[in-house]
Amino acid sequence: MKYTGSAIKYGDNVDTDVIIPARYLNTSDHAELASHCMEDIDKTFVSRVHKNDVMIAGQNFGCGSSREHAPIAIKASGISVVIAKSFARIFYRNSINIGLAIVECPEAADGISDGDKVEADLDNGIIRNLTTGAEFRTEPFPEFIQKIIENGGLINSVANGSVK
Amino acid sequence: MGMTMTQKILAAHAGLDSVQAGQLILADLDLVLGNDITSPVAIKEFAKLKKNGVFDKDKITMVMDHFAPNKDIKAAEQCKMCRDFCGANDVTHFYDVGEMGIEHALLPEKGLVTAGNVVIGADSHTCTYGALGAFSTGVGSTDMACGMAIGKAWFKVPSAIRFNLTGKLRKYVTGKDVILHIIGMIGVDGALYRSMEFTGEGLSSLTMSDRLCISNMAIEAGAKNGIFEVDDVTLEYIREHGGAEPNIYKSDDDAIYDETIDIDLSAIEPTVSFPHLPENAKTFDQFGDIKIDQVVIGSCTNGRLEDLQIAAEIMKGRKCAENVRVIVIPATQQIYLDAMEQGLLKIFIESGAVVSTPTCGPCLGGYMGILAAGERAVATTNRNFVGRMGHTESEVYLASPAVAAASALTGKITSPWEVAEK
Ligand code: SF4
Repeated sequence: MKYTGSAIKYGDNVDTDVIIPARYLNTSDHAELASHCMEDIDKTFVSRVHKNDVMIAGQNFGCGSSREHAPIAIKASGISVVIAKSFARIFYRNSINIGLAIVECPEAADGISDGDKVEADLDNGIIRNLTTGAEFRTEPFPEFIQKIIENGGLINSVANGSVK
Repeated sequence: MGMTMTQKILAAHAGLDSVQAGQLILADLDLVLGNDITSPVAIKEFAKLKKNGVFDKDKITMVMDHFAPNKDIKAAEQCKMCRDFCGANDVTHFYDVGEMGIEHALLPEKGLVTAGNVVIGADSHTCTYGALGAFSTGVGSTDMACGMAIGKAWFKVPSAIRFNLTGKLRKYVTGKDVILHIIGMIGVDGALYRSMEFTGEGLSSLTMSDRLCISNMAIEAGAKNGIFEVDDVTLEYIREHGGAEPNIYKSDDDAIYDETIDIDLSAIEPTVSFPHLPENAKTFDQFGDIKIDQVVIGSCTNGRLEDLQIAAEIMKGRKCAENVRVIVIPATQQIYLDAMEQGLLKIFIESGAVVSTPTCGPCLGGYMGILAAGERAVATTNRNFVGRMGHTESEVYLASPAVAAASALTGKITSPWEVAEK
């Protein structure tokens, strides 16, 4: 998996209430969720995000509620991968389970600015800032998680019997 | 190598003699929980699995609490989807309006969780049941769907922070002040991916209500779970509520903890977390007058009978301040009934508060007490993120029921010690 897109950057402790406010949780429609993604922290997000763009964030990204609507909204908005210094744990497992690529890499989170062109080469664990030329290495996922991702998420893994 | 309480429970449920922090395991589940917001997503995912039914109709529970009684047509449709699914799969523990309460207050009350259980819930505050000596953690809807199908979930075995409690809480200081104090100390990611394990001689003086409140907010420190060592108080509670036979797991003497933090309960003061993060905890000597527009007493954190009793004790025979809207929400039907029989509801209503049927309502900015731009609330809830209770320019201050009640009387954030002295 290799994605190239522009960086959209946020700070520390971005919580699920701003990723997708609770007032929109009376639906589980992906496109509708995406149309309100990030609106309480960044009203311009929905209009400026393009397919394959990369979200950059600080520490504890996705803290707060367990709503899977949060990674779903981000994925449905076109974001290909979220790179953060660290993720809140439920958000982390939800992203893996629904197949949203996430990367924990503090150096990349610091070394990429809003608007930079970014290439995320997930198979080889390399993030490139095409604007500055900087390159960052990331840890590969443990095998168990890699398998869930390869199967396209937890549902497929259970459906095809690789998790039982 | 020694194991923590959490590691022992996980090992037993993964069919392993021992586990280590960092290990990935597949564990058997004793209970899978969902609510009216997260279950519909799980039900859709479940359908993709093409299973004939759920893994065990007695080990699944759905509680209609977030937007119920239905706040609008979409909420009604979400509840209907849950109702239909539970009907079709003959799910035993489906709680609808009339029986429902806020899930994390309801499940312990109904005896659905016991010590030694592994519980997942598609709701982040599922960590509440750690108070009963269970491993219990919040997950997403996909985990819930797979849990309902195969009765298992994957976990990375956590390392742990041990909290060694000593001393005894002072009057009007409760579990809420303890957990706000702890989050203020370690931060909102201070326990990220880890267990918080509570032990020590101070434990015995904490009521179940205090413990449930403390475990409830483990997630606000980023923790995977917040578990209490089981003692007579726990066992008595489980027995009283008809819970299943408890399995008690104590941590080994040589268990490895990332760190041990000593907490002297007698030194803790009424504590308030300022907007917009639970870690912005302050004691009353650290701030001046802050005027408020609304008070909410309720939620899975502080909507239990003991919480209402404390608030009523402070509010009895007094009037709420002018221009402050005070909303009291008993967390379950049983609590509502008990509060009625004990005359607490009368005290609230006579003081100028409103009393609502059980619901999450304003806690997540759903309905029943939404804030306008520029408004401030003192709430006994657990999150004060931007826009959590309404407009993005509103503010939520997290506090105990005692602080909330005292503030209701004065119209500004007030220590119960100050009001009680008068
Ligand atoms: S009361 Fe608030 S925190 Fe608790 S389950 Fe309901 S919405 Fe979540």
